[in-house]
Amino acid sequence: MSLPDVGFFVICALAIIGLAYEALQQPTAFVQVSIFGLADGAMYALVALGYTMVYGIIELINFAHGDVFTMGAYIGTAILGLFAVNENSFTTLNLVALLLVFPAVMLVMGAINIGIERVAYRPLRNAPRLAPLITAIGMSFVLEGVMFLWHGPATIHVPDLLPHGPGFQTTIDGVFIGFKDVFVVVTAVILATLLAIFINRTRLGKAMRATAQDRDAAQLMGIDINRTIAATFFIGALLAGAGGMIWGLYYNNIFYNLGFRTGLVAFTAAVFGGIGNIPGAAIGGVLIGLIAAYSDSYIGSKWTEVVIFGILIGVLVFRPTGLLGMRVPEK
Amino acid sequence: MSEPVVRKPRFPMGLLRRRRRIRDRDAVIYGVLLILALAFPATVLYATGSTALIAQAGHAGTYVLLAIGLNVVVGFAGLLDLGYAAFFAIGAYTYALFASAQLGSSPLHQSFHLPFWLMIFVGMVVAAAAGAILGFPTLRLRGDYLAIVTLGFGEIVPQLSYNLPQWTGGINAVGGVDRPSLPAWITGPWAGANNISIIQPDTCRVLGNSTKFAPCFSFGYDPIAFYVLIVITIIVAVILVGNLQRSRLGRAWMAIREDEVAAAAMGINTVTTKLLAFAIGASFSGFAGAYYGASFGLVSPDDFLFIVSITVLVMVVLGGMGNITGAIVGALVIYFVLYSFLPALPPAVESFANSVGLGSLNAQNGDWPGLAQETQRLTILIYGLILVLMMLLRPQGIFPSRIREQELKHAAVQEEEAAVEAGHAG
Repeated sequence: MSLPDVGFFVICALAIIGLAYEALQQPTAFVQVSIFGLADGAMYALVALGYTMVYGIIELINFAHGDVFTMGAYIGTAILGLFAVNENSFTTLNLVALLLVFPAVMLVMGAINIGIERVAYRPLRNAPRLAPLITAIGMSFVLEGVMFLWHGPATIHVPDLLPHGPGFQTTIDGVFIGFKDVFVVVTAVILATLLAIFINRTRLGKAMRATAQDRDAAQLMGIDINRTIAATFFIGALLAGAGGMIWGLYYNNIFYNLGFRTGLVAFTAAVFGGIGNIPGAAIGGVLIGLIAAYSDSYIGSKWTEVVIFGILIGVLVFRPTGLLGMRVPEK
Repeated sequence: MSEPVVRKPRFPMGLLRRRRRIRDRDAVIYGVLLILALAFPATVLYATGSTALIAQAGHAGTYVLLAIGLNVVVGFAGLLDLGYAAFFAIGAYTYALFASAQLGSSPLHQSFHLPFWLMIFVGMVVAAAAGAILGFPTLRLRGDYLAIVTLGFGEIVPQLSYNLPQWTGGINAVGGVDRPSLPAWITGPWAGANNISIIQPDTCRVLGNSTKFAPCFSFGYDPIAFYVLIVITIIVAVILVGNLQRSRLGRAWMAIREDEVAAAAMGINTVTTKLLAFAIGASFSGFAGAYYGASFGLVSPDDFLFIVSITVLVMVVLGGMGNITGAIVGALVIYFVLYSFLPALPPAVESFANSVGLGSLNAQNGDWPGLAQETQRLTILIYGLILVLMMLLRPQGIFPSRIREQELKHAAVQEEEAAVEAGHAG
């Protein structure tokens, strides 16, 4: 075990001791905070998966990804606007709308992200490395601009469709658990599991892993690189779109540059878990969600961003490969 | 009979001529820029009669300085820095805190009024030190990690300034920052003539006794004085960075940029060299920050957000990485787009609509926020499209580093020749 590893474990141990102290002081509050953190973390994980997949395959920090997430929430809200949903009680129509809106948002976002890849990143595949980074920033502005044009700077309301209120919540030993929290976590787990199966079991998933390892060798083996990279962007956007929709349904408020901060936090999560590592991104997302929730309640919400980015720097200094180790080969 | 054909030593001469052409292009750009910079204030004063545009040019100069500094990090050494605004903030706060009444209301209960000419170098050193401290543990890692660490650092610095209002004033900013001043003897026939005095007579604090005042020539709110200062600073910066680029250190940076493993094998200490690039780049940012604080008289955390780092990076990449003229031109182009073109767009569209008989579009109507408002909403989208299109059309930047291009071509030619020779031998 090297010195940086020791530093990393010392910091982790200190954090755990501090949390354990808080947990013993007020166990109910601690569990409650953990549940909120878990729900947040599940959403961060969905976004982080897209970052890590794109970075793993073309080594691009996809700045537009956070805005794909927000765009998902915007499009989902527009689709929900087509239904006469009832916000006060849970009707069959609400269920139908919910069941329809998720696949619709995911497919639309997937198509948009393939378009973005086609227009902004593919022509620059052999250009200087910073060129696609700048177009990613440009696409981020374009997406934000589209949302800004659409609804202006105001916060927009997402219908509170998920069943809530009495009957859809429970209190165990003073800990409040709503259907919403359970829904968010379960949906994220299902999507992440589907992704894991896809990556590990299908032909296209294998092609993605091969391309991430060595693009030229993969091409020589007959893998269509362009198609594989497009598929990566498509799947990343499926998850981000779903994440945005879940975020909208959970918090019921979205605004045009929501994706900026969420994107940075999710990117931190991806680095935390080991960028390029898919299970790492999921675990990193959950951990960052928990850490943000603990920081919100024990340190103060204005310090949360400092804590998260401090962790980002700390992880890179002490354990640059992330928690689970990086799967991006040195090129 | 015909004279024996003398084969000219083609290759070295060609190389020399190419080198001369490279210098020529840069010399032309520098010349044009210098003439523009010198002619600008007089032209603006003659044409508009106000100094508003000169103040804006001084602000643009800050970005030019930032782009020149970031070019050292990104262009020369090939290190991606996504938190450059943090060093800008450090420089600005270093000056603002020690040259205003701010620290008087802090837990320190003692305000400082240190002179600008000292603090601008202190700001530089503090920013460089911050760069070195941040870079030291992370520069051993591979390139992208540095980008991520600087991104985190760039987010933390403005947050700290928001969250520690007792020191930095938080969201209320540090106001009333001292203006630079020069000794009273720096006056001349130009001072006070025709209301375009370069330096106005004023009273300033005496060094060492901040309650005592003496006559001096304060920059005050005169944009021309700041304009002259930033132009001189940029000229000095260009000369310094140009010399650095041609020095042993500059060649080491380029070697690392092209191939770090090969550079290390050639005996370059890659960690120290990269650390120097990082610290020198940060020092320019700190210098620009101190200038910025002095020229605006107000330092707010809003001025150092992630978007500033991104804007400067865009300037460098768009201008052509590794090329000083490219960085300057890129900075001016992006500054113009962001601060002149896009803000001028909504009123222009509104008056255009009026002149072609579509004035009804200008009124707000239901969901339609009015044409000017709608155009203003479009500006983010337009800026994004400009970035994407410029990168797609010219991924290497407006003025890519010619020397680098030639070196790469030269290498390709040599490889080809070697291949041909190998073919003959085999």
